[in-house]
Amino acid sequence: MSQIFVGLSRTVILFIVSSGLSLILGVLRIPNVAHGSLYMIGAFMAFTISKVFGGGDLGFWLALIGAPLGVALVSLIAERGLFQYLYEREHLMLLLLTFAVSLVFGDLVKIVWGTEYKSVPVPHVFQGFVNLFGELPFPLYNLFLLFVGPIVAVGLWLIVNKTKIGKISRAAAVDREMVGAVGINVSWVFAIVFVIGCLLAGLGGVLVAPTVSVTLGMDHTLIIEAFLIVIIGGLGSIWGALLGALIFGLTQSLGILVWSQFGIVFPYAAVIVVLLFRPTGLLKSTW
Amino acid sequence: MLKGMLEGKNCIWLVAVLILMFLLPLILPRFYIYLLSIILLTGLLATSLNLVLGYGGIFQFHHAVFYGVGAYGTALMLTRTELTPWLSFIVGPVVAAILGLIMGWICIRLSKLYFGMLQISLGSLVWIIIYRWYSFTGGDDGIHGIPLPEIISSQNGAYYFTLIVTLICLFLMYKIIKSPFGSALQGIRDNPVRCEMIGINVKIHQLLALVIAGFFAGVAGSLFVVVDTTVFPDMLFWTLSLEVLIMCLLGGWFTFLGPMLGAAIIIALRTFVSTFTVYWALVLGIIMMLVIFFLPNGVLGYMEEKLKRRIIEPVIKE
Repeated sequence: MSQIFVGLSRTVILFIVSSGLSLILGVLRIPNVAHGSLYMIGAFMAFTISKVFGGGDLGFWLALIGAPLGVALVSLIAERGLFQYLYEREHLMLLLLTFAVSLVFGDLVKIVWGTEYKSVPVPHVFQGFVNLFGELPFPLYNLFLLFVGPIVAVGLWLIVNKTKIGKISRAAAVDREMVGAVGINVSWVFAIVFVIGCLLAGLGGVLVAPTVSVTLGMDHTLIIEAFLIVIIGGLGSIWGALLGALIFGLTQSLGILVWSQFGIVFPYAAVIVVLLFRPTGLLKSTW
Repeated sequence: MLKGMLEGKNCIWLVAVLILMFLLPLILPRFYIYLLSIILLTGLLATSLNLVLGYGGIFQFHHAVFYGVGAYGTALMLTRTELTPWLSFIVGPVVAAILGLIMGWICIRLSKLYFGMLQISLGSLVWIIIYRWYSFTGGDDGIHGIPLPEIISSQNGAYYFTLIVTLICLFLMYKIIKSPFGSALQGIRDNPVRCEMIGINVKIHQLLALVIAGFFAGVAGSLFVVVDTTVFPDMLFWTLSLEVLIMCLLGGWFTFLGPMLGAAIIIALRTFVSTFTVYWALVLGIIMMLVIFFLPNGVLGYMEEKLKRRIIEPVIKE
């Protein structure tokens, strides 16, 4: 039972990161391998910000706001400087370019932060445990994550479906030339969508930072999981990303319970089963 | 006739390079022989990827998994069984080909980008299994000190073995590309709908291409066992696959020998750069960006273009 809750809080992180990835894939058609690096940069930035402010509560809250914004800035530079010139090229080139960017980011992180493990303290408010249903000790911080997840999901849904930029970007995903023809600067719309997606990656990085050790290479495993979630959910679908993250997070945590050595295999098996029956993902995608 | 002349010229070059390759161990120090062997087998890996990517237009994003599985297949056969060692050099590639069939069968129903991403995922699954299965594969330690048959256990022996096997494989792949099957594959790359219309079974052709590419990637893996006498899980990690993709791109993926050249450039550069900085990934990333923006057809593709312009344009003017 507590394993389910652990799985759920893992799900929140996975969802936040992969919803950003899904957004970028759905609208811009970029298979952004560098997304994992931005997640890693977010975590490292959170470390620096919380350390500068003494590792206390204030540091954490500032990191929660500052690090995603920092990641957004980095991604804006990358988008304006590199990606925008390649939208018309093949997916393969875009994928390789994002891989190149992730290699550069990886080494830049190594140069700036070094190779040691970093840890971000859990804020005082969320230290300790609560008893769920009277008998299950559950970390308070993970409970906090369970609240953040739905907020992000609903917020993202509102942005995509109710705001003007959301509507324009959805239209641009279907037919970018037509959107350009009615006088909208598609290039900047894409930049905004890209930055929002990357901001989510950074947010995921900050939120995960207190629960794991912040280290080089944390981007490599995450990006594969995020891609899988996006694929089984349906590319470009936010609820699909949520559903995918749920499937992935739960099979992962329960799988470890069943078979500790190879438990990590279960989410992948779930993905294969889903794709054998629904090759384009569970929910309707924009592709 | 013009084309024939070009080919004749290339032929002389090729023979010269081949003779040089066979003589090199007599003059070069040990380290460079090792490096050359690695270049050869990585070039074979890149060429096998190019068979599906450049000629088949299939987004094979996780090719290293076949390389690694071929290597592990051979290494496990050599260390765990008492069978004749030569058999294991066939078993490795065959296992890789079977894996190509399975992964291809799962992925082939998806369109381009979906195909590639699902493949990365499945490849990662194989990587995890090898990484975790301590009792069978040695986990993240890999397998060291793999016993080899006497004749190829020396450095030069390994080099000549690698050279000969690579040449045979390249020749076979060249024949495959020039065969009707290869033409059909290129047709599918350029226009799958039309190929379906004229009665070519697109999926079967693509699946067969994946199996063939898997086999040759497995051969490259087996050769790595011979040259390095180790295997380790990082041989299957997805970043290596994308590095091999870059080799194809850098050399030129619409040319047959491009991937080989790309592999040589990348590995030579890595060895050179690593001697004075640890930030090889940074350098590789920047090189990749430059290639993507300024050399989309690769070095050989660029040279071919230049050559064509120099030779053909005056002819047209006349």
